[in-house]
Amino acid sequence: MNITETRDFPVHTKSLKEVRNFAREIFDQSPMLQMQKDELVLAIAEAAQNIVKHAYKDIENTNDTMQIKISFKDNELEIGFFDKGKPVSEENVKHRKLDDVKPGGLGTYFIQQIMDEVVFKEATGWHNHLVLTKKY
Amino acid sequence: MSYKITEEGNIATVHLDGEIDMDVTEKAKEVIMPLVESGKEVHLNLKEVQYMDSSGISVLIESHQKATELGTKVILKEISKSVLKVIMMAKLEQILNLD
Repeated sequence: MNITETRDFPVHTKSLKEVRNFAREIFDQSPMLQMQKDELVLAIAEAAQNIVKHAYKDIENTNDTMQIKISFKDNELEIGFFDKGKPVSEENVKHRKLDDVKPGGLGTYFIQQIMDEVVFKEATGWHNHLVLTKKY
Repeated sequence: MSYKITEEGNIATVHLDGEIDMDVTEKAKEVIMPLVESGKEVHLNLKEVQYMDSSGISVLIESHQKATELGTKVILKEISKSVLKVIMMAKLEQILNLD
């Protein structure tokens, strides 16, 4: 079963619940994805949260939207995130060391644990394009 | 997220309900931290928490560390399966007080 769905969300913490519901609706369409639904929803929500928290840091009341594209084709799940926030430098995207227990710094770790690949790519018209992939 | 607080002696129990993400972490902190700072032992009942992300985990860490600093405890009770999975992914099951 091939799936491709794209949706725009306002860049705001209040959108995170809608992002999760969007992801759940899609993962429910495939038994293969449904089996790992909770983890995949967490990875997507953490990446969306990073846009709000980091790419739009110190930017309040923006009217910008972020776009999330989920596609599942030939047993490969690809999730794209597009935003027009501050350009993110890939080398700055690091999680904290797990044994240095303190609040924060776990979102990126969760994404990396759940997905096979996490890369930033170029996308015309957007400032950041993050792509998460996982093979089944 | 919604919550209910019950207090008995020196133990305050916070029953959290719903999904805990970045949008509600400030609210969660406003509920939990004053109880911790009052010196009470705080029990967080997570039975009805269906989803928790890294922001929610940060609240658990922050309240645990504050309690330790003040010589008291935050104990996580009846942890739902989905929250336990996230705690374990963060390798915090030996750090936080799980019951």
